[in-house]
Amino acid sequence: MAAYLAMGGYAAFVWPAYGIALVVLGGITTQSWLRYRASRRALDRLQRRR
Amino acid sequence: MVQGAMITRLANPARFMRVSAVFLPWVAALAAIVLAVGLYWALVIAPPDYQQGQSVRIMFIHVPAAWLASMVYLLMAAASFVALVWRHPLAEIAAQAAAPVGAAFTLVCLATGSLWGRPMWGTWWVWDARLTSVLVLFFLYLGYIALVNAFDDPARGARAGSILALVGVVNLPIIKFSVDWWNTLHQPASITLTGSTIDPSMLWPLLVMAVGFMLLFAALLMVRMRTMLNERRARALRLQG
Repeated sequence: MAAYLAMGGYAAFVWPAYGIALVVLGGITTQSWLRYRASRRALDRLQRRR
Repeated sequence: MVQGAMITRLANPARFMRVSAVFLPWVAALAAIVLAVGLYWALVIAPPDYQQGQSVRIMFIHVPAAWLASMVYLLMAAASFVALVWRHPLAEIAAQAAAPVGAAFTLVCLATGSLWGRPMWGTWWVWDARLTSVLVLFFLYLGYIALVNAFDDPARGARAGSILALVGVVNLPIIKFSVDWWNTLHQPASITLTGSTIDPSMLWPLLVMAVGFMLLFAALLMVRMRTMLNERRARALRLQG
């Protein structure tokens, strides 16, 4: 396992690369979803009020 | 044309909301599955490269992110063209929904490329044609987003953004052919329409990751377009009082 994590000496490059991809793509996915949920709730409230 | 007719039918906001509500959960679930398979393949099954060792695993995110960065821009520019010429209500929403996602893929491409360049080329960055043109692509995305939001009148912002998106298209062939036209540290394309110089043991996980990124983009595009249509509808309701 330790040998795997060491990535043949490239651990300092391989893991940050996957980490950045996870943070950036995970981040935009989370942001998109939260804004979508908020937009649905706001619209529901407005439509119920009429 | 069947395709033209289909686009016209889907391009009605109400119909888009109905159709995307059906497709979104499936596309999102498929994206999650394909990305999980792709990640396992890329990080565990794929062999180390005989020259680059384990650092080659960066390729499985870097290359698909680079493909998506250009593809999303092309789609954004095409949507902007439709918005400018035919004033289609969904076209500018599609372009605006795509822009932040395209910027995210471009950022991933730049960051992973830098992390790959350091051990392989001995430098984090060079100002050569390929790297610089992709950095310009990133700034085009940011400029588009800033421009769209810079006007009090959203219609004027959308128009200005569409024009910028179209002008920026000249950057796409520069990115594509930069590795052939100029001397660069960046290698030329390994995968073309006529074949691949990559061993199948690495080509397959690369393609799976690329399909996963495309599905993720499709899901995010739908979510963001639905969000914008919801917000537009809510604004209209509030104005009616």
